[in-house]
Amino acid sequence: MNLLYTDVEEQLRASVRDLLGDRAQPSAVLARCETDTPHDLDLWRTLTADLGAGSLHVPEELGGQGASVREVAVVLEELGRHVAPVPFLGSAVLATSALLACEPTTEVRDLLAALGTGRSVGALVVSLATAPGAPPPPTVEVVDRQLRGAVRSVADAGPADVLLVPAGGTLYAVRTDQPAVAVTPVVSLDLTRPVADVRLDGATGTPLGPDAAVDSALWTATALLASEQIGVTQWCLTTTVAYLKDRHQFGRPVGSFQALKHRLADLFGDLALARAAARNAADTAAADPGGDEAKLSALLANSLCSDVAVHAAQECVQLHGGIGMTWEHPAHLYLKRAKADQIAFGTPGQLRQLLAPLVDLPGPR
Amino acid sequence: MNADTLRERTRELLAANDPATTDRLDFLRARFDAGLAWVHFPEGLGGLGAERDLQGVVDAELAGAGAPDNDPRRIGIGLGMAAPTILAFGTEDQKKRFLRPLWTGEEVWCQLFSEPGAGSDLAAVGTRAVRDGDGWRLTGQKVWTSSAHTARWAILLARTDPDVPKHAGLSYFLLDMTDPGVEVRPLRQITGEAEFNEVFMTEAWIPDSNRLGEVGDGWRVAQTTLMNERVAIGGRPVPREGGMIGPVAATWRDRPEVRTAERHDRLVALWVRSEALRLAGARLRQQLAAGNPGPEGSAMKLAFATLNHELTGLELEMLGEDGLRYDDWTMRRPDQVDFLGREAGYRYLRAKGNSIEGGTSEVLRNIIAERVLGLPAEPRVDTKVPWKDLPR
Repeated sequence: MNLLYTDVEEQLRASVRDLLGDRAQPSAVLARCETDTPHDLDLWRTLTADLGAGSLHVPEELGGQGASVREVAVVLEELGRHVAPVPFLGSAVLATSALLACEPTTEVRDLLAALGTGRSVGALVVSLATAPGAPPPPTVEVVDRQLRGAVRSVADAGPADVLLVPAGGTLYAVRTDQPAVAVTPVVSLDLTRPVADVRLDGATGTPLGPDAAVDSALWTATALLASEQIGVTQWCLTTTVAYLKDRHQFGRPVGSFQALKHRLADLFGDLALARAAARNAADTAAADPGGDEAKLSALLANSLCSDVAVHAAQECVQLHGGIGMTWEHPAHLYLKRAKADQIAFGTPGQLRQLLAPLVDLPGPR
Repeated sequence: MNADTLRERTRELLAANDPATTDRLDFLRARFDAGLAWVHFPEGLGGLGAERDLQGVVDAELAGAGAPDNDPRRIGIGLGMAAPTILAFGTEDQKKRFLRPLWTGEEVWCQLFSEPGAGSDLAAVGTRAVRDGDGWRLTGQKVWTSSAHTARWAILLARTDPDVPKHAGLSYFLLDMTDPGVEVRPLRQITGEAEFNEVFMTEAWIPDSNRLGEVGDGWRVAQTTLMNERVAIGGRPVPREGGMIGPVAATWRDRPEVRTAERHDRLVALWVRSEALRLAGARLRQQLAAGNPGPEGSAMKLAFATLNHELTGLELEMLGEDGLRYDDWTMRRPDQVDFLGREAGYRYLRAKGNSIEGGTSEVLRNIIAERVLGLPAEPRVDTKVPWKDLPR
């Protein structure tokens, strides 16, 4: 068990951070989120084609970087720190992990190559609120080999050109450039990771394998989202500390008041626990994907980091005072991301219910 | 000095002093004199000037041979706080006189720092040491003193100059606890027992040769003691559910009738935090092993204290009518804290001390905010005024 960051992971972090420092400054992210292209696909192509961040946990024989989900987690930390508007979670985590859980047929290999290099953007067509381990009732049916149905609140579906759709026990690849496919962006709580509704009215798709791949992808994403939440928390803490050193009221920096600094000390402590849990989830998911210990670690980390990130973002807004309530200050982007992340893949309470039987703490009859 | 040499020296010690036939104290003294007590100490003072990490080689060799140890939990204050301070500031005579019986446990040590008027604000201590010939007369009261009733010696912080600002007027002494001017009274706690004591000093005598460091330099000497206290709170590896979550989870499993939906969510949430704290401890040790000690350690005790409050509170609630009972209020003077050997009510009450002992949670939050996060300190009104003029 390695809960630290390896040198290779630190180098990867530095490259991603350099790029995001150039291309995902808060002002630019804020300006983009109300346009009709909320996802920054130029940045996405640089991340994938130039840095290889789109295929980190794809084995080399399938055209990927041959790293592990530990490295994916590090990228998520940095993306969370910048609330970068790229389809990493939808395409490089959910869709890619679902493909990796299928037999590597020609179709699967081609899709992995297209997603990994950024030529295509993929999305897994389940609601972002879907918890792992509890398959949702199928809302898409297969009728005469055509797909019909609707799924709401799908992460990163807006810019996707390939949808991975579970229907009738099978996972299908569905291209969005057919008239029977409607992807409708919705006004989203999370401005930097907007969701979209997907409607299929007799769409054709390519079967890829059993839809068990969906649950496998959800477990991976549940484990890794904790690292994004660490990045969100880290930004909120760092930004608030800097502001409280600078902001003066009553003739002194407001950060000198114990009533305020104690809240940041608590946040620092929460972050230490959350980081250990998030690193453990990534490490365990890399070592034993699908195992009970990986599931336990994913539920542990996501349920904890969800609440820590929301708390951090709420404290960030509150301790900035009036400026924290403005659209101009980026704090709200982090609050919206943190709250959406808390709901994503199940709320902390749902995840604790999934965790209880794994740690022999049965609920009331 | 490498591991092989130390192993060789340890075997020589064992060959000359067979643990099966040697008196315990004789063996410990021989071990000290062989430099195998604490190998990172200097030669002649129980060590060999070796790397601190190499102690494990010696300990493993001795444990394998069934050699007696110095019962470190009984003499923790001496080993963890007094010894490093005496080593750093003591004269050659002081080191020679005190370190050997300290290490063998022949002389138990206690710490006389806190006072009724100087808790979190330790630099405010008011116990007065007044010059008297070739020594000092000491008058005042100390409090929260573990082991005072078994101690032969104390490390002590006293005020030698009330006319200068409070940090500048302190000196550090080694006090003979058998002096007739020293009175130790047990201080009963909310649990019913007395782990610690009040210590009253009335004209107690300290020869000047038992002063540690310069007159007026006591605050700096005390920092060495306190830094070593914080090093001691590092934490060893614990298994999953090894902490206070253990008995609470066991109660949940053993007694299906206590299970409600509301308690279930609280319990699993606390299980999550307990496991995350355990992982954070593991991560901290990995950072230390990699040579990069992180600042997260300062937050560990804070999280530990809060968690123990919540867990022990939930446990009592789960027990319902049994939670209305208490195992035993009898006044005792235990050597060590035993959380798991007592019942839930005791755990609930004793855990309240976790956020007070060794630095209150409030002081720890200040330390994290100021030293780790770099936030400015509160304005101080007490640092430039003579101690005698401070309101109290």
